[in-house]
Amino acid sequence: MFDHIDLVKAVFGRLTLESLPLHEPIVVVTFIVVALGGAALLGVLTYFRLWGYLWKEWFTTVDHKRIGIMYMVLGIIMLLRGFSDAIMMRLQQAIAFNGSEGYLTAHHYDQVFTAHGVIMIFFVAMPMVTGLMNYVVPLQIGARDVSFPFLNNFSFWMTVGGAVLVMMSLFVGEFARTGWLAYPPLSNIGYSPDVGVDYYIWALQVAGVGTTLSGINLICTIVKMRAPGMTMMKMPVFTWTALCTNVLIVASFPVLTAVLALLSLDRYVGTNFFTNDFGGNPMMYVNLIWIWGHPEVYILILPAFGIFSEVTSTFSGKKLFGYTSMVYATVVITILSYLVWLHHFFTMGSGASVNSFFGITTMIISIPTGAKIFNWLFTMYRGRIRFDLPMMWTLAFMLTFVIGGMTGVLLAVPPADFVLHNSLFLVAHFHNVIIGGVLFGMFAGIAYWFPKAFGFKLDPFWGKLSFWFWVVGFYFAFMPLYALGLMGVTRRLRVFDDPSLQIWFIIAAFGAFLILLGIGSFLVQIYVSIRNREALRDVTGDPWQGRTLEWATSSPPPDYNFAFTPVVHELDAWHDMKRRGYERPLGGFKPIHMPSNTGTGIILAGLATAMGFGLIWYMWWLAAASFVAILAVAIGHTFNYHRDFDIPADHVAGVEAARSRALAAPGAHA
Amino acid sequence: MTAPVATPLAAEPVFYLADEHAHAEGHSTMLGFWIYLMSDCLIFAILFATFGVLGGNYAAGPAPKDLFDLSLVAVNTGMLLMSSITYGFGMLQMQQGKVFGTQFWLLVTAVFGMCFIGIELYEFSHMIHEGATPQRSAFLSSFFTLVGTHGLHVTFGLVWLFTLVVQIGIKGLTSANRRRVMCLSMFWHFLDVVWIGVFTFVYLLGMLR
Repeated sequence: MFDHIDLVKAVFGRLTLESLPLHEPIVVVTFIVVALGGAALLGVLTYFRLWGYLWKEWFTTVDHKRIGIMYMVLGIIMLLRGFSDAIMMRLQQAIAFNGSEGYLTAHHYDQVFTAHGVIMIFFVAMPMVTGLMNYVVPLQIGARDVSFPFLNNFSFWMTVGGAVLVMMSLFVGEFARTGWLAYPPLSNIGYSPDVGVDYYIWALQVAGVGTTLSGINLICTIVKMRAPGMTMMKMPVFTWTALCTNVLIVASFPVLTAVLALLSLDRYVGTNFFTNDFGGNPMMYVNLIWIWGHPEVYILILPAFGIFSEVTSTFSGKKLFGYTSMVYATVVITILSYLVWLHHFFTMGSGASVNSFFGITTMIISIPTGAKIFNWLFTMYRGRIRFDLPMMWTLAFMLTFVIGGMTGVLLAVPPADFVLHNSLFLVAHFHNVIIGGVLFGMFAGIAYWFPKAFGFKLDPFWGKLSFWFWVVGFYFAFMPLYALGLMGVTRRLRVFDDPSLQIWFIIAAFGAFLILLGIGSFLVQIYVSIRNREALRDVTGDPWQGRTLEWATSSPPPDYNFAFTPVVHELDAWHDMKRRGYERPLGGFKPIHMPSNTGTGIILAGLATAMGFGLIWYMWWLAAASFVAILAVAIGHTFNYHRDFDIPADHVAGVEAARSRALAAPGAHA
Repeated sequence: MTAPVATPLAAEPVFYLADEHAHAEGHSTMLGFWIYLMSDCLIFAILFATFGVLGGNYAAGPAPKDLFDLSLVAVNTGMLLMSSITYGFGMLQMQQGKVFGTQFWLLVTAVFGMCFIGIELYEFSHMIHEGATPQRSAFLSSFFTLVGTHGLHVTFGLVWLFTLVVQIGIKGLTSANRRRVMCLSMFWHFLDVVWIGVFTFVYLLGMLR
């Protein structure tokens, strides 16, 4: 195999100077901007001597609240990248008419639509969902932390590792040109010999480890660490949806891991799982990846449903209508999500019986989902509704999601799907449910829990501006795609022949521009809120007249969450406590046992990322060395038996006394 | 919303525990490890399913009848089953608090485990030598991947086992170490169960195909 040992090749694998995309001006300019921005950020951190603080208080933290916040930061940063891809595509499609090739080459455009899908699902939606669950679930169940705090930190950094690999592909080599699920045979080595698909595989494998472990962690937390008295049917709805989502994660991400491992064996070893020769079967891949892929969309939407439930009940000033049916609907969706995967490829040709089965199961899912919609409506009915930002997002969701749900049922009819498969109608449908459901849910969640996490509310003016830009922009951007899809326009096209279609794409591009303003307003909202934090301050810890336990403690909560473990008597435990005249305990504090911070998680994830990089570029020494180092560090970590410490009672007393003073200050209950 | 008089209230409702309510260290470990095993089980399920679909695609290459030596596989199965029994002996020793006995039986388990891996590697090299490589057909791709993934798991189990023997030597049978021995025990028996599936579906049924 090796005629002579080429040293450069041995060290750098297939990484050469030509791998850097210096011939793509857009990428070069992006790189310069990112490099300058990055250098400025590093300079600021160094100038203000923040590295030690970041390392000690954030990077190595095992506090579920800080990890949750870091997940949200990751999600927001990656949203900017994923949205840049989106607006580039919209621009390309709006101008590539009448013989114009647009401004993106096919090579670049194909990477852009692949990266957009991968980033939005894995590195925007997933981190945001995981972040909110991480932050809120332990607080809602009255726990001090998650079951495995170190694992939590490790999971987060593995997710970051995956994101780093995706970002790296922008400047070193290229990303996959296969679409976001990398179907073979296109993604096999014969048709995609470059590093793109390998970046895809290893980014998802590294991040997938983190996701699976965090799923296990949160299931254990919910099952084992609920406050005394909180039976399963007294759990807040968000915690219920988090439980179901994590069950889905643990029961579906291993499928993704396995199928990507098989694809990498095809690419690296030359096996024949998904090839067209030697008995391989590409449709195996499509089936397997959708067995993960369909549950994945419920992984994203269920927590959003949970957020809308909390928000609707809080801002209507009523307990949730039909709590039990809400729980059962969630569980039924969890189960049904495994019985519908084939609807993603009715056109495979599996025959009328199979297609009917999957069509019917798909339509059945709309029943529990519809039940949820009615539950929210009946919660609002005769409620005293307050139209704060979280509630506005919830209302926009209810309108938008119903449209997306109905087009989904339409697509679930196999004969209709034969017409609409891979068309822009499908693209419009899933953006309709993911933006209108997941993303609106995340924004509702951010607006709702931000005061809990930071102790001050988000600025309502910029929030409302962001809201209107997003909602209106969404309709402008995606309603034309429904029309185009019905006219037969397929997805992932770079240039168009028929000039009569152009107006629709221009309208869609205008919608994307409105969304850009929405994202901008959101960032301004955060900036303005931090600047005006004293005016927006909430010292009560309960700014929305909340009903669940996270509002029982201060904002931001102390490291230990609750000075005393709460005892739960009813659903909506905090509402029950307020109603029955709960008095905050002012003395008798005990030392609190807490886990210690550790840098092992970030080190392991860094090594895993390096291993992925080595495998992508065939730098075998790097892959092998990182692998050995991972083993060594992991085993070394198990020799550390001292992983926790006690917060002294005096310290707890001091923190609680400070809170008492803040509560007693004039204007505290304004 | 609700009028306070509507619900008859207990005299002194308790809203918090006056005493610290610490969860014992490792309170969730067994559950967490179980869930991890189930997720691992899913990976095997996918590999079994792949073998089920592709296992008959010989691509005019060798079939199970040409390749498998059932008596060798039977011996190998015996190795793994024995290792599970000896692990059980180790657990009994641990229950009685005997450090040396635990270590001894864990090491006996390791010997059986290494024999298993050795025989498997011999089988693989023999097959590859005959031209039955993973690249030859979809059947062989899925065979090597399923059996090899199991073998990799056993190998990691061995690394873990040796680590534990050392840790028991240093710290004794502390609660943390006992928990780890329990987890490895579950892992080891899980691999045994998976192997029963491999033996049945890949080897025995393969000979019948």
